Amino acid sequence: MPTDVENWKSEVYGNEVRDRLFEFAEAGFDSIPDDERDAWFERFKWWGLYHQRNGQEGYFMLRIGTPNGVLEPGQLRVVGEIADEYARGPGTNPVFGDAYADFTTRQSIQLHWIELPDVPAVFEKLEENGLSTQQACGDSWRNIVGNPVAGKDGQEVIDAWPVIRDLNERFKGNDDHANLPRKWKVSVTGSADGSGQGDINDLAFEPAYKAIGGDGGEAGDDESEGDGDENGDAVGFNVRVGGGLARNEPRFARDIDVWVPPERVPDVAGGLSALFRDYGDREDRYNARVKFLVDEWGAAEVRETLQEEYVDFELESAGRDVREEYTYNAGEGERNDLIGVHDQKNGANFVGLNVLVGRMGAADVLELADLAEEYGSGEVRLSQRQNVIVTDVPDDALDEFLDEPLLEHYSPDPSPFMRGSVACTGTEFCSLSIVETKNRQVRFARWLKANVDLPADVDEFHVHLSGCTASCAQPQIADVSLRGMKTRKDGDPVEALDVGLGGGLGEDPGFARWVTQRVPADEVPGAIANLIDSFAAERDEGESFRAFVARHDEDELDAFVEPEETDYEDPMLHNTKRTWYPYAENDSMEDAPSTPADD
Amino acid sequence: MTTRLRVLDDGAWISVNDSREVRVSELWRVDAPDLCECALADLVVENFQSVGVDASTVEARVYGQCIACGATGTTGWIPLGRVRGGEFVEFDRSAVRRVRR
Repeated sequence: MPTDVENWKSEVYGNEVRDRLFEFAEAGFDSIPDDERDAWFERFKWWGLYHQRNGQEGYFMLRIGTPNGVLEPGQLRVVGEIADEYARGPGTNPVFGDAYADFTTRQSIQLHWIELPDVPAVFEKLEENGLSTQQACGDSWRNIVGNPVAGKDGQEVIDAWPVIRDLNERFKGNDDHANLPRKWKVSVTGSADGSGQGDINDLAFEPAYKAIGGDGGEAGDDESEGDGDENGDAVGFNVRVGGGLARNEPRFARDIDVWVPPERVPDVAGGLSALFRDYGDREDRYNARVKFLVDEWGAAEVRETLQEEYVDFELESAGRDVREEYTYNAGEGERNDLIGVHDQKNGANFVGLNVLVGRMGAADVLELADLAEEYGSGEVRLSQRQNVIVTDVPDDALDEFLDEPLLEHYSPDPSPFMRGSVACTGTEFCSLSIVETKNRQVRFARWLKANVDLPADVDEFHVHLSGCTASCAQPQIADVSLRGMKTRKDGDPVEALDVGLGGGLGEDPGFARWVTQRVPADEVPGAIANLIDSFAAERDEGESFRAFVARHDEDELDAFVEPEETDYEDPMLHNTKRTWYPYAENDSMEDAPSTPADD
Repeated sequence: MTTRLRVLDDGAWISVNDSREVRVSELWRVDAPDLCECALADLVVENFQSVGVDASTVEARVYGQCIACGATGTTGWIPLGRVRGGEFVEFDRSAVRRVRR
C-alpha cells in the first residue's frame, strides 16, 4: 500500500506546488487547512521549504541549492541580504545571534525562521539573481555536488562544471523526474582528489580514462580542453550507484562497470534516475533509497536493466580510475580538505576559509561578499566540509587578502579542531535530531583547541557531530564520529553521543566503527582528549589516526575512549527536544511563540 | 469516529488527527522481550516505523536502542495513548509500556 507521502505526491507535487504555495503565502499561514498541513508541508519541501519543528509553528527552513557549491559573483551578497532581512525569528542563538546562513555538507545554503508570507519575495530575489530553492529538498534530484573548484582546480582530470550545469538544467523542474520514491543525490567529480565524495551518493560520476577501440579520441572529444591522457585514452567518468549514510545502513556506492563520456552523462544519469523512479520502493520510505535496490539487485542487474530499458546505446565497461590519488576526507596525505591557499590552473589562487560548523552571520556573509569582489572575481564556492572558498585571487592580492580582519574568524589556517568540525542542524530546528549539535560542536572545538595537543605532525583531525542516524553531518567518514543518543546520568535522562572512530574516504573508504556507546555529552571532550593521548603515546612513527584505529580491535579502541568529566561545561545536557527553542530563556513548550502574524 | 494516524517527517513524529503528538528522542521504559533480554528495556526512541490503533489505543512500532544493554531494533506494537472524544491523550511518559502484539 502506498504511504501517505506517496498519496500526497500523487495528488499534487513538483512544479505545480508553487502556485498553491504562493496562494497560501498571499492568504497567510493560517489559510492552510489544519487537516491539510502535513500534506502541504511535505509538498513544500520540493520547493526547498521545511516547516520547523514543534514549538516553532509558522516558521520554515529554506534551502537554496547551489549546484556544485558555486555562487557566481554577486550571489553570496544576495544570500546575505535575504538572511539579514528575512532569517530572523523569536529565538536568538547565543553563539551566532540572529540572522545567519548555514553552509551544508551538500554544498547548499540553509536559512531559518522564514515566514510563509515572505516566500514570494524571497523567491523573486533569489531567482532574479540566478539562485533557486527548487528541489533543494523532497523526493527528487537534490543539489548536485562535486569538487567545488571544478574548472579551476590545478589537480583536475576533467572539468566537471559544464556537466553539472547541464544536469542541473535538464533535471531541475523536469516532470519526468520530479517525483521519485525518495531523494536522489548525485555527485559529479572531475578532480583527482575525490572531493566530490561520490562514494556516499546515490549516483556518482568519477573521473576515469578509457581506451575507445580504434577511435580513441572521439568519446572524449568535447569542448573540454586537454581531455585525454598521454596514451590517447579518452577521459570521462566511471559510474557508481547506491551510496548513502542514513538510517544506520551506510553504503558506499557500488561500481556498476560503466564508463561514460561527458556528453552522455545526462543519458546515463537520466536512465538511472528513471530506473529508480520505476523500480524503487514506494511502499516503505525506510527502504526506498536506491542503495536498498542495489542491495537487492546487485550492481550487475542495475547495469543490465539500465542497458536494456533506459539507454539506446551500448554502454562501455568501466575505465581506469584515479582513486589511488584520492585524498579528500581520507584521513592522511595532503589536501584532506580545501582549506588554505591553493593554485588554480590559470595561475590565480583559491583560498579555502574555515567556517566553524558551517554557520556564518549575515553581516559576515555580506563582508565576505565584499572581500570576494575586492580581491577575487566575486565568486565564492562551498565545500562539502561546510567551508567557503574564495576563488580567482591573484598572487599580488593574496597577502593583503589574508590580512583582512574577517579571516581571523574564518581562517585559512585554523586549529585542527576548528578545521575538522562538522555539525548538522540539531534540535535547534530539526524534528529528527536527538541532541543539540551546532553550538555543542563549537564548544567542543574551542575546548579541544585550548586543552589538547595533537602530535606535531598531525595537522588535521575531523570530528563530525550528527544529531541522529539521518547522518547529515556525515559522521561515519570522520576520525571521530559523534551521533546523538540519550542515556541516564545519576538516574536522569541526559543528551549523549555514540562515539565512532576511524572513518574516511580516499582510495579505500571505510566507515567509522562505533566503539563506545552513549557517552554523556559533558564527558565527550574528556573522552576525545584521552583518546588523543593514547594515540600520541601508542602510535607508530608517522602513523595516521585512521591507520592507528585500523590496527586495533574494538575493545582496545573502547579502552582508549575514556569518558571523563573535565572543566568543560555543557549547558544543554537536558532534553532540548522538549523545549520550543533550546536557547530561549523561557524554553518550555508552554512559552512557545504564537504563529507569526500574516502582515 | 475516524482517527487519522500518520508517521511524519521521516519517522520523527506520530500525528493523531493532524496534530503532532508523540516525538522521537525520548527515553521509554518498555517491556519488550522481542528487543532485548533486559527485564525492562530503557529505550531511546529513534524512529517511528508505523502507527496503528487497537480499539481506542494508539500504538506504534518503534526503532530504537536499549541504553541498558545496547540492543537495537524495531519493537512490536507499543501503546502510546488513547483517543477519547476525538482528543489524543498520551500515556505518562515515565510509565512502563508493554509491547501488545
